[in-house]
Amino acid sequence: MASQTGTEPKRHWIRVLFILPFISMLWVSSYNRLTPELFGFPFYYWYQLAWVILSAVIAGIVYKVEH
Amino acid sequence: MNWPALIVFIALFVFVTGLGFAAARWRAGDLTQLHEWGLGGRRFGTWVTWFLMGGDLYTAYTFIAIPALVYGAGALGFFAVPYTIMIYPFLYLIFPRLWSLAHKHGYVTSSDVVLGLYGNKWLALAVGVTGLVATMPYIALQLVGMQVVIGAMGVSGEGWIGDLPLIIAFVILAAFTYTSGLRAPAMIAVVKDVLIYVVVIAVTIFVPLKLGGFAPIFAAVPVAKLTLAAPVGDTYGAYSIYSTLALGSALALFLYPHSLTAILSSSSPGAIRRNAAFLPAYSLVLGLLALLGFMAVAMHVGTDPAYAEGFKTYGNNFAVPALILSVFPGWFAGIAFAAIAIGALVPSAIMSIACANIVSRNIYRGFIKPHATNAEESQVAKIASMVVKLGALVFIIFVPVPYALQFQLLGGLWMIQVLPSVIMGLYLRMLSGWALLGGWAVGTATGTWMASLTSFKAAVYTVTVLGVSFPGYIALWSLIANIVVSVVLSLLLKPFVTAAPILAE
Repeated sequence: MASQTGTEPKRHWIRVLFILPFISMLWVSSYNRLTPELFGFPFYYWYQLAWVILSAVIAGIVYKVEH
Repeated sequence: MNWPALIVFIALFVFVTGLGFAAARWRAGDLTQLHEWGLGGRRFGTWVTWFLMGGDLYTAYTFIAIPALVYGAGALGFFAVPYTIMIYPFLYLIFPRLWSLAHKHGYVTSSDVVLGLYGNKWLALAVGVTGLVATMPYIALQLVGMQVVIGAMGVSGEGWIGDLPLIIAFVILAAFTYTSGLRAPAMIAVVKDVLIYVVVIAVTIFVPLKLGGFAPIFAAVPVAKLTLAAPVGDTYGAYSIYSTLALGSALALFLYPHSLTAILSSSSPGAIRRNAAFLPAYSLVLGLLALLGFMAVAMHVGTDPAYAEGFKTYGNNFAVPALILSVFPGWFAGIAFAAIAIGALVPSAIMSIACANIVSRNIYRGFIKPHATNAEESQVAKIASMVVKLGALVFIIFVPVPYALQFQLLGGLWMIQVLPSVIMGLYLRMLSGWALLGGWAVGTATGTWMASLTSFKAAVYTVTVLGVSFPGYIALWSLIANIVVSVVLSLLLKPFVTAAPILAE
């Protein structure tokens, strides 16, 4: 169907990047701590918020490569 | 009565009501067709989809409940952040495929997809009914969000008079959904988002300015609540609870009928993929919103006698309204409360449309009147959307809030059970409809049983493997049971069942 409709982009190996948010977020013990702080935010909070931005960047990169 | 807040609130509400009715003429289509009324003609581009999905997934209940959880339980409430991080890879990888299939065959609901994939109308019914049952309490909870902010403006009364503002809001909602369909929430979502962003940015600038930065906010919270309790002994404790809650919620989210409605209404797979990169902007807002719980702690709203009545009536759900009232002048509180109330209207409208699509397409046309015309189908959907909303309203007025929360909890456990039917079938040819129905039944029963062990109060069940305990989200455990049964039964049934044509290919 992919080739018929022309709506599916070519699948690129870059998609493996999507595994990173899962590894980092499910590995809770890696970020369950208070330090180092950033702008007064304990590590636990700024690290997870930073991953919001990183996951958006990853989606953006995959999109750029595939389109 | 907080008059400045109330006047601003009412003015904004009147404005979006007008917008809701005007939306019928926006990118006008033939509203007697279900895909026009219920999917906005599948013409929403990247930006409208962004607003629609944002309005859909980040609801009034989220704005009230997530900070309330952080306010009460601390770090655990932050699970909403990893949860919303993990939904976007799924959105990028899986849902464009579902969109293409739905577009090609004119599917409007996930039941349509399942019927197309396996040709089993009972499985399609199970998927549809699961969606209906899981969504109804979700709509009811949006009303809880609305109730809290109306109460925070000092509007109260005895008996049915006390419920009057809620009833008025819902009659308005029902009317514009009936006339405009999905176009109404799509248009209103833009206003809602602008208001929410303004409020969240104002709070995250203003409160730290007042308290001298973010450090004093976190310092006001007991240290034990700032991180998860580290597990001791042969258990993954809070770690597995946190990660399974996030992952299970992420897997369930796009299975909800209202999420799928938003996805299918977009104009192309590209619009969906672009949104996987743009939608995390909302997650950032959600993360900041969650921190409003800590700001409420730092502002000592819980011990302020001015808010004692509110906390008594609404529990920790009053944390955000109390914070807003304590920091901002009345007129700005009015904007904030309007943002939350409009944030209830948008998803309620989309959810009731999604339910209506299921009722008209999969129950009315699927079982009651197979030869119904398209116009009849669309008309049934419009009426169903009214009935669904009325049901939610009756639910919230007569059923105590804790029960609504329990139904919502069960809804999540049930919703995830359609994953093997809707998603796995897009990739695997080996699954059969009857086997998936068996898996669905086992998963639903397992999830309900595990929840009953907590008297339907918690979503966590402890699984022990080789002496190691994994306390975790019931939805995920029961989904595993579901998948195992679906796959094993498919293999066993294979010699007896002729494989259904896989339309995805």
